[in-house]
Parts: sequence; C-alpha cells; structure tokens
Amino acid sequence: MSRSRHCARVTASLAAISLIAASCGGDDADITLYSGRSAELIQPIIDEFEEVSGLSVEVKYGNSADLALLIDEEGEASAMAADVFLSQSPGSMGFLEKRGRLATLPESTLALVTDNVRDDSGSWIGFSGRQRVLVYNTDAVDPVDLPSSVLDMTDPEWKGRIGVAPGNGSFQDFVTAMRATTGDDATLEFLKALDANDPVLYANNSAIVAAVGRGEVDTGLVNHYYNYRALVENPDQPSANHVFGPDDPGAVLIITGAAILAGADDAEPAAQLIDFLLGSSGQQYFATETFEYPLAIGQLPAINVPPIDFSNDISNAGGIAFEDLAGGLEATRALIAESGLES
Amino acid sequence: MDPLVDFPLDVAQPTPTGGRLKRRVTSGGGRTSWVTPSRLLGLLIGAGFASPAGFVVWRTLRLGSDLASVAKEVPGPLWRTVQLSVLVSVSAAIIGTVLAWLVTRTDLRGRRFWRIALVLPLVLPSFVGAAAFIAGLAPNGIIHDALSAVGITPPRRFRGLGAAWLVLTAFTYPYVYLPVAARLIALRSSLEESARLLGLSSTATFFKVTLPQLRPAVFGGGLLVFLYTLSEFGAVQLLGYDTLTRVIFATRQSDRALSFASATVVLILALAVVALERSQRGRSRPDDRSTAVVRRNRLGWRQAPALGGCSLVLLVGLVIPVTSLANWAQRGIVERRVSISDLVQPAISTATVGVIAAVLAVTVVMPIALATTRRPHRSSDIAAISVIVGFAIPGLVIALALAVLTLNTPVLKGLYQTSALLIIAYVIHFGSQALASTELAVRSVPHALRESSRLLEPSPIRRFFQVDFPLMRPGLVAGGGLVMLSTLKELPATLLLSPIGFSTLTTEIWASYEEGFYASTGLASIVLVAVSATLTWFLVLRRSEVVRG
Repeated sequence: MSRSRHCARVTASLAAISLIAASCGGDDADITLYSGRSAELIQPIIDEFEEVSGLSVEVKYGNSADLALLIDEEGEASAMAADVFLSQSPGSMGFLEKRGRLATLPESTLALVTDNVRDDSGSWIGFSGRQRVLVYNTDAVDPVDLPSSVLDMTDPEWKGRIGVAPGNGSFQDFVTAMRATTGDDATLEFLKALDANDPVLYANNSAIVAAVGRGEVDTGLVNHYYNYRALVENPDQPSANHVFGPDDPGAVLIITGAAILAGADDAEPAAQLIDFLLGSSGQQYFATETFEYPLAIGQLPAINVPPIDFSNDISNAGGIAFEDLAGGLEATRALIAESGLES
Repeated sequence: MDPLVDFPLDVAQPTPTGGRLKRRVTSGGGRTSWVTPSRLLGLLIGAGFASPAGFVVWRTLRLGSDLASVAKEVPGPLWRTVQLSVLVSVSAAIIGTVLAWLVTRTDLRGRRFWRIALVLPLVLPSFVGAAAFIAGLAPNGIIHDALSAVGITPPRRFRGLGAAWLVLTAFTYPYVYLPVAARLIALRSSLEESARLLGLSSTATFFKVTLPQLRPAVFGGGLLVFLYTLSEFGAVQLLGYDTLTRVIFATRQSDRALSFASATVVLILALAVVALERSQRGRSRPDDRSTAVVRRNRLGWRQAPALGGCSLVLLVGLVIPVTSLANWAQRGIVERRVSISDLVQPAISTATVGVIAAVLAVTVVMPIALATTRRPHRSSDIAAISVIVGFAIPGLVIALALAVLTLNTPVLKGLYQTSALLIIAYVIHFGSQALASTELAVRSVPHALRESSRLLEPSPIRRFFQVDFPLMRPGLVAGGGLVMLSTLKELPATLLLSPIGFSTLTTEIWASYEEGFYASTGLASIVLVAVSATLTWFLVLRRSEVVRG
C-alpha cells in the first residue's frame, strides 16, 4: 500500500515539475537573438544594449551552423522565432542567404561599414573581424627575418619551427580562403609542403600561443587576438604577432556577421540592436574586450593592435561565400587530410 | 493515466513445464490480433519514438539525393563507421563483461571501490574526453610529460581509427559493465558451484556456464555501444576519423540531400544491427531467486593482473582525462578567471532534466518491455526496435526532427523551445538504454511468484506495485541511471531545443571550449563529473544491488 502511494506521489510531483518546466518557455522579449558566438563574448554588450535602449533581448546560444539550420526550418514553417542572427562562420550566413531567410538591412545600417565587409545585396553586415597572423617568440626570432607571405613558411629555414592546429575551425577558414584566392591545387601543394616542413601540431590557437610564449616552438599560425589575450594574463610573455603582407592568404580577415531574418516580427528593434553593435560602445567593446577588429567606419582597434585600412582591398574571407566553393568546408577538410597534415 | 495499468497479466499465462518457458502460444483470444489495447499502446509509443527516423526518411525522399553522389561519398565513411563501431562494441563487451565478473564473482581486492569507480567513465561527454586526451598528449600536457619522464617518446599525433577506438571504448564499456554486473548479481551461482564440483576450472565454468546466461545482457549492452558509436560526432571529429556522422555534419548546409541520405544509411545500418541482435541474443528464462550465498572465485596469483587491468581501465577512462581537465581548471582558479558560482544554476538545470528524463524514459518503455518479455508479438518487436533505433540517430537530427514536427503542427506549436520538448527529445534519444535494462528487470520477476500473487491480490495495478515493481527496481534504476547520465552530457539537442536562457553544464563546457577558455571548460567538466557521480551514487548505485552482495 505505502509503495503504491509513494509511486503516486512521485508521479504527481513529476507531472508538476514538467508543467512548471513547460511554462518556463516563451515569455516574449522585444528581440530574439540567435547567437553563434558564445555568451562569454557577447552577453555583456547585449546587457548594455538593453540598459541603453530599454528593449529586452533574449538570446539563444549555439553553434552557428546548427542555429542556421534551425532558422531555416523556422522559415520553412513560416514561424520565424528569431529576429537577429549573429554568425561566427561566413558559411552559415551564406547558407541562409541562399535559402532566402535573410531580410535586407536598412540603408542607414549598411552605410556604417565599407563595402568589403558586408554582403553585396545588403542581407548581412560584418561587425567584428579576426585576422590570421603568425605569432612568434621575440627571443627566438628577429622580426626582420619573418616572410611577407605565409607561402614562405614552407622554406627549410622554418623546418620544425612552426606550430599549426589543423583540426581547428579558424585554420580551416584560412585554408578555405586560400582555396578561393589561389585554387585547390596550389592550396594542396602548400599544405603538403607545410606538412613536409615538420610542423608541431596543437589542438587549438591558445595552445599554440602558450607554446610560443614558453619558447617550445618559435612561430605559429593563429588568429590575431589570442596573443593579445595571452598578454593580458602575462604581460611579460615574449610573444608578438606578425601580419603577412596585404592580399596574402595568410593575412585573411574572417568576419563575424549580423543579419535580420526574413519574416521576423521585430525587424525595427532588431535593426536598432545591429546599429548598437556597430556604434561606438559596441565597436569599442569588441576592440578592447575581445581584441578583435571593429569594422564600423572610423572605429579604431585596441591601442596595441595594428589598425587595418579597410578602404584598401584586403583579403576578406567574409566576402567569400564559402558555400560557393565546390564542396565548401567539407572539401577543405578533405584537402587538409589529403595533404597529410591531419592524419 | 498510467499506461502500465491494463498491462500485467490478466490473461492466463502458460505454466512453465520444464527448463525452458514456451512463450508463443497460439490459443487464447487476442494473441495473434494487433488490435488489443496493450498492443495499440505499445505501437503508439513506438510511433513516437520512430518519428525522428520517419522525418529522416521523408526528408531524404523529398530532397531527392543524387544517387551518384551518395555512391561516391558514402561507402568510404560507411566502411570506417562499421570498422569503428564493431571494434568499439566488441572491445567494450569484453572489457565490460570481464570487469563485471571480477567485481561480482571473485575475491578481487577493493571490490566495493571498483564497483562504483568503474561506472564513472560514462559521465564524461566523449568530445571532452577526446579533447582532454589531445591536450594531454600535446607538448607540456600530462600524458606527454609522464611518457617523457619514463623515457618513451610520446606520439606526435593522436588521430584516426586507433585513437577513436581507444577513447570511445574507454568511455562506453560501462554500457556493458552495468547490465552484466546487475545480471550476475541476480543470477544464482548454484549452477556454477555444481560445475566447479564436477571438476570444471573457474575459467571453463565462466565460459560454459556463466557466459551463456549473461548473453542477453552482454548483447544488449554491446548493442548500445554500437549505436552510440554510430551516432557519435564530437569525438570522432576531434580525432580526425571520418565516419558517416562527419558526412552528415559536414554537408548539413552545403548538400542537405547528401546529409539526409547519409542519415538514412545510418538508420538502415542501425536497423540491421538491432534486428541481428534481437535474433541472436536468445531468451533466458525468468529467474528463480537465489537463496544461496554467491560463491566467489579465488583469484590467487591472478589478483595482481586483475587489479592491474581494473586500474588501467580506470586510468584511461577517468584518471587521465580528469587530471587533464583539472590541470586546465586549476590554472584558471589560480588566476581567478573562473568561479564555481556561475555553474550552480546550470548544475541544477542539468540534474533536474536528467532525473525527469530518466523517470519518464523508464515509464514509457515499461509497457513495451512487459510486452516483449511476457507476451511477445510482432507488434511489440516493432515497438521495441523503434525505441532502440532512436539511439543511432545523431542528437542534432532528432532535434531538427522535433523542431520541424512542432513548428508545422498547429496543436504542438506551443511546445517549440520548451523544456517539455527537450525532455521528449532526451527520452526518444536515450529510451533504448532504459528499454534494455527494463526488459532484463521484467525478466527478473520469477514466474511462480507472479502466479501465486494472482491468487492473493486481484487488482493488477496493486499487484504490479506490490510484487513486480520491488523485484524489478534494481533493473529499472540501472536503466534510468543510464538515461540520466546520457542526458547530463547531451549537447546538440540541448543547444537547439532548450528554452531560451536555459543552460546545462554540457552547454557551458561546449561554449567555453569553442571560445578557447579552457579554464572554464576544465572547471565545468569537473563539476559535471562531480554532479554525475553524486547522482549516480544516491539515485542509482545505492538503490541497486550493484554495490551490495
């Protein structure tokens, strides 16, 4: 008897919990943001926007590509829940544009950046950028010896002296950009030569920067901001960034973009949010907190980060629709594997 | 209404006449009919579980994948998937069975410790485990330094089939270990004693007497490992081993037709393996409770190698990855970059959804388990297979399927992005783990006991709770425990289906890992291990017989 009563109690409380849990969803905010960039890097500036604008923002965090798939399904069902999408990967923006899920941004918003960091048809806009660089140990390497092209890192001079993270997303973005500018054959040749040059393999950018700082390896291919973050934690670390020459595939700029979704109920406040990200406080947040490049006209990067002149034609991975490349990221991974760098 | 109610045993059961219980009886009303309330209920539950699979097939047909591109892209990854899944499930089955036998049937030293510790490798998400191994082997990592210290040159690369096999085996063998240990405890050892008295060695007794009785548990656990490996993505991607899930993920935007076609191939493979397992596992007879004290085999000189083996398994599956993670966390704590207070809310959410999903999963698979073990019929087999196949579909695909289903069905629209839908996704994805253990639990109720209880208690509901349920409890708790642990570490469905603002420890681990904040990754992983271990201890092990005996 007591056992069956006990079970009834368990069942009842479970039902109650499920009901409470179910009712937690769906309180309506002014703006629903789907962010492919993690809370740690974006939530503080969203909080500031809420305070300044008086609008409420709810954020769904996830992987850029998976969120894009979810947005696509919401669009397909004519039930778009998301208003704004922030994408870490250019490919996911390209995917949604192709599927017709992006609304055209207002002219006033598009005018905040130069043409080369936004979509030609005005459906997405870049708000921060990360550049591929070579990080080097200042005790072990004289900067005058550093080449002006990443292609020269395959010279015997650098044998066993370069750190690479071939499984990392940003390395793959770099290789994809290289395929776009130099073609698959030349890219494969470069990767093979790089592999033959006895690189030291790491899991990710931070590990490379840490290893360069310790003097374990002399140089490494990374995104520019990792070294600045490392220097905040340890200002004495003997590491610095070297930027390859203009138009070099090794100096590609990868853009984090924002878009308003077609069918979004809150397009007007959504545009307000994007304008805020591109305004002074938004841009300076990215410049000083994440050490990325602000992309709005007239905004400068953090004091120790060398500025980029966006009016010049720079290598710009954000401008390359990765999905237009035959095979997209998959082909890039296959190429890396074929080169032997990854196996 | 409780779906269990009309189930147990109101139709007269055949009486066991000899050693083997005859199950298929053609006489009696409703035995061959598909339209009985209980069978319809089973089919209805099965249909719910099969909905993501239905979505995959529907999408594949609608997108009309180009057969030539499937023929070009799929065979290589398919072959690698089969290789990895077979290797991992066979090695996990061997390791899990041997360990279960050691801790339940021998005088292994420190048995109580090993019984609990050997479950724990299950709690780490495999992508975290893989990342910890990669970091540990990189210059300055703990494995790298330890190997260098003893004069071994550490491998420069930790990738490919070998690496994926090692990592997945180390984290999945508990799927076999848990049910086999539970089974060994429930089985009486008198047969084994007789075998020993008749002069068989302990090894021969194990192979000739014990193992055949364990077959359903070993096969059921091995199947879970196989399906887990089939749907695994995070670890194989980090370890650079190109399986079918990598094709599904890599082409999910660029070539959706190919992506869904690959998912269909995974489904077909899973169906084939599930059908094979169900035909091969054999039916063991319902148990007679043992009153005899379990006889422990003396290990003698084998004590040392046995302890060495247990230590090695624990070293690879728990100590190395956790040390590697602790190493990350400790750096962050020392530099005051991370704090544990941010993790309290995610830890509570994680534990809550885990426990709810576990109880719900056991509840909904119970009617199917009762049907497949007590009154088998083709309808119950179909329902059971639908439940099991849910484990082979990657979490991302299940999430998309449920999103599409709710977004396009007016009455269900309110469920989109609620915890209720998230919990349904967990139940569909992990119900198979509850089913395997629940079937074993149902089987552990002695037939004679049910017969006599019928005379004493006319109400089937009361009979279920007073007679069946207490005897089934260890098995149900083990099944629920597996679902809970899997839910705690689930990532892709959690990210897509959770209500806005909802985060679990695993989403925290993922977010910090993606951005390169390894200190947070390490700390959140340690908290996940601690929460999982605590819940496992209080809710599962303490209540099951795995720690007693």
